[in-house]
Amino acid sequence: MSATVLSAPVAAPHAATSASVSRVMLWVMAALAPATLFGFWLYGWPAVHLWWITIAFALLGESLCLRLMRRAALPVLFDGSALLTGWLLALSLPPWAPWWIGATGGFFATVIAKQVFGGLGQNLFNPAMVARVALLISFPVQMTLWVAPVPLGSAAAPGFVDGLRITLGALPGALDAVASASVLGHAKTELSRGVDLLHSFAVSSAPTFGLDGMRAGSMGETASLLLAGGGALLLALRIISWHIPLAMLAAIALPAAILHAADPARYLDAGSHLLAGGTLLGAFFIATDYVTSPNTRAGQLLFGAGVGGLTFLIRTWGGYPEGIAFAVLLMNALVPVIDRYLRPRIHGRDRRGRALDIPDGEGS
Amino acid sequence: MLIAILSLTLLGAVLGLGLGLAARRFHVEGDPLVAQIEALMPGSNCGQCGFPGCPGAASAIAAGSAPVTACPPGGRALAKALAEKLGIAIDLGQVADAGPRIAAVAEEICIGCCRCIKVCPTDAIVGAAKQIHNVMREACTGCGNCVERCPTEAVTLQPVPVTLQHWVWPRPQLAGA
Amino acid sequence: MGLLERFFKPSWGVHPDDHKRPAADVPLRTLPLPERLYVPLQQHVGGPARPVVLAGQKVLKGQLLAEAQGNISAPVHAPTSGRVLAIGEVTAPHPSGLAQLAITLASDGDERWLEREPVADPFALAPEEIARLTAAAGVVGLGGATFPAAVKFNLGRRLKVSTLIVNGGECEPYLSSDDAVMRVRAAEVVDGLRIVMHAIGAANALVGIEDNKPEAIAAMRAAAAPFGDVAIRPVPARYPMGSDKQLIQVLTGKEVPADARAAEVGVLVHNVSTCAAVHRALRRGEALVERIVTVNGGAVRAPGNLLAPIGARVADLLAFAGLAAEPARLILGGPMMGTLLPHANVPLVKGASGVLAFDAREAARPAAGPCIRCGSCTVACPMGLLPLEMASRIRAGDLAGATGFGLSDCISCGCCAWVCPSHIPLVQYFSHARGELAAGERARLRNEATRRLVEQRGERLARDAREKAAAAAKRKAERDAAKAKAAAATESAAASSAAVSAKAVSP
Repeated sequence: MSATVLSAPVAAPHAATSASVSRVMLWVMAALAPATLFGFWLYGWPAVHLWWITIAFALLGESLCLRLMRRAALPVLFDGSALLTGWLLALSLPPWAPWWIGATGGFFATVIAKQVFGGLGQNLFNPAMVARVALLISFPVQMTLWVAPVPLGSAAAPGFVDGLRITLGALPGALDAVASASVLGHAKTELSRGVDLLHSFAVSSAPTFGLDGMRAGSMGETASLLLAGGGALLLALRIISWHIPLAMLAAIALPAAILHAADPARYLDAGSHLLAGGTLLGAFFIATDYVTSPNTRAGQLLFGAGVGGLTFLIRTWGGYPEGIAFAVLLMNALVPVIDRYLRPRIHGRDRRGRALDIPDGEGS
Repeated sequence: MLIAILSLTLLGAVLGLGLGLAARRFHVEGDPLVAQIEALMPGSNCGQCGFPGCPGAASAIAAGSAPVTACPPGGRALAKALAEKLGIAIDLGQVADAGPRIAAVAEEICIGCCRCIKVCPTDAIVGAAKQIHNVMREACTGCGNCVERCPTEAVTLQPVPVTLQHWVWPRPQLAGA
Repeated sequence: MGLLERFFKPSWGVHPDDHKRPAADVPLRTLPLPERLYVPLQQHVGGPARPVVLAGQKVLKGQLLAEAQGNISAPVHAPTSGRVLAIGEVTAPHPSGLAQLAITLASDGDERWLEREPVADPFALAPEEIARLTAAAGVVGLGGATFPAAVKFNLGRRLKVSTLIVNGGECEPYLSSDDAVMRVRAAEVVDGLRIVMHAIGAANALVGIEDNKPEAIAAMRAAAAPFGDVAIRPVPARYPMGSDKQLIQVLTGKEVPADARAAEVGVLVHNVSTCAAVHRALRRGEALVERIVTVNGGAVRAPGNLLAPIGARVADLLAFAGLAAEPARLILGGPMMGTLLPHANVPLVKGASGVLAFDAREAARPAAGPCIRCGSCTVACPMGLLPLEMASRIRAGDLAGATGFGLSDCISCGCCAWVCPSHIPLVQYFSHARGELAAGERARLRNEATRRLVEQRGERLARDAREKAAAAAKRKAERDAAKAKAAAATESAAASSAAVSAKAVSP
């Protein structure tokens, strides 16, 4: 018999799922698109420009690193992960922030928070959140300047060119005209001034909010319904599981509801906590990042609850009005520990890995 | 002055006594590592490593003057065991493990001189004077002593053929990962 | 199962496209007898069989070609009548492409059977006798495990198994050979499983069939209707439902402890095709010389199930079914756990439930990428392992670390690698690690054996030296004694001569 032996035999299975990394990334982007488009409409051209600048620099950082490592850049760029990182970072930035905020952030996210760790799958921390926190600490003023909604088509909305000039910082003063406060920021400021919540939200200049998302905030965080819809899409496609979002939302809402019931003058209600800030964006799109969240279902519940609980703690008693990014990073650091201790039970073994006992009554 | 001398003398005496007691109490027998390493080795004293037998190689490995990969018959498995024992990391890819080799007697050349039988450390060669010798595969370590000894070059080292029972899946070679 | 565990019920397994139809619905065909048959000596777990025929000998169908050797082994029989051409090496149906010993048979086309000795009433036989006859017929697990069936009978009887589980799961995509057996030979399967129940002393039998085979379920229900102790249980179609441990858990709720055998929790699993083979071995006195095998895949023109003799070449099967395209990949067994074939010139063995010829589209696999830690493999793993952690350790050469994550519990079902969005060949990592660990263990045992041999040689040399020394001492002593005697003799002679001379002098 002729024996044309294959040089490298391939092991089973000889079939595979149609899912792939780039397909997962594409679906996540599709789920993000409605909320992003709403953000574009709500905050106008400056938001659009900031968005693409952030993504461009995230991709630039990634390809630069791959070039330095002498690896082919194109296939890695096409997996979509760097694009998604830039996108998520952009959504968490103030929509009228200057271009260099987005550029620094995007570059920082892929170079320092991702490629330095070894690239996709190796980073311990969520790159978008690392970049956001780095920006927040380095440029606190620019990172907390919010704009009131100026929907495209309205009189106050800047046009394409003006929008670009705002983003490039060539229209000083434009931002002051529409500056506003976010709900969480307003509550924190007023509380620190000694004004209780019942009074501070009663005045007319206070930020309003509802499910419609017509309020000040980062580019992609106010469209609560669209974000929840995108999350539902990811859940339905089984790209994410319910464990992290549910645990995280519950861990924010429960203590908020309890404390609000106890003292409504000092503590925001659960609804505000869930709708304001990046809660929904974080729960469905950021905390669920595969690379930086635990692998097991039990671990994901613990992780989600940790992110939610820490967010609530930071918002309520911490120095910053918003705590999603810090909470995500803190829990990211705990993921290896969670993965080490919360392993699934092996079939035929108990939780400690010892073989189950052979039942006495059997076989006789 | 006197007090200083006395106190220092006392201090020295107490510490010296302590050291002496400690030396006796926590006495360590020889170097246990060499014995442990020797226990892991094949013990055939074949000399392929260039040291005088397995004990010589064991003390060299313990002292760090020989690599854990020094023993060809032990191969990768031994190198790995030794690296674990010594707590060092090795790149097993570097171990020249061209696969185990064992001796084979070419029957048409063998003159039945029995010289190889005398030098085999594991008694792996059977035969008698003026009879063709044969190698017991299971007992041969591939040390090569017999090859050097054979006057007619009838003994050679041959790679052990890979069988279905011994075949191992290669580790996947990934380009991007 | 507590409330918590019920809520977080493990969602193991995957749902690959099953591709079973239309092949499953095509009527069973018989492969025309090939001219040459190549019967490997090892088609089972355990020791290879020892040939009992000589090249040139004429044999009849069903005649013993090679006998079982050792406790766990199985004999092989002539799949047809003809002449033994050779006993030599042929390429094994194995990804390595290495050779294995096989008996080559030239068929005479007569299909003349050896005289068969059917058992009229197997239930009147002692269980030991059933096990003996099953072993003599060369019946092994036909689901793919190829463990000698009779060994399992004896184990089940010794451990007093109460429930026989009959595995008609056939969860592998593309395959429908068990399906065909149940549709066409349902009565044989039911009779066979009742004989197995008798052989192991089981009180009842549960036949688990995936619910994607309604025809098989109907046929089996009809065949099992007269017997109250045989229950047909449809189970949800989910891969790997046909794995022993998973089927036992779904059907009985019992969990087989790690490192233990299923018989130790009171159940024993046999495949439906094995049961049919047991029926034939006893009721007809026929050795296992043929099997039903699925020929399927995109490159096959007329996929379906074939009744083929053991030892037929895969090429014969493919030629009969016809090739629509040059196969890009040949697989023996299913796509999830089957073995890649080096080429089509390999023999069909007892454990081969299918031959798949994939076209280029089916065989295409995207290049593997980096792990994104998505955890899909963890969710899919039916054993509750962490495939990504094991693979990352094996990649770094840390086999002990992988073992700590439960490498030994892996059943190589392939769920993890199937579901991986980065297409990492996880199963190959695990197979590699297991092979390396086994090789390491062999090397360790060999090292120990070498030490023993060296010690024995040392003792022998010491003994030789002692004996030589003792012999030398003895010889020396003898020499000394002889010398002393001689000396004494000379002395006395001298004395006497002196005396004589003295006498001579004295007068």
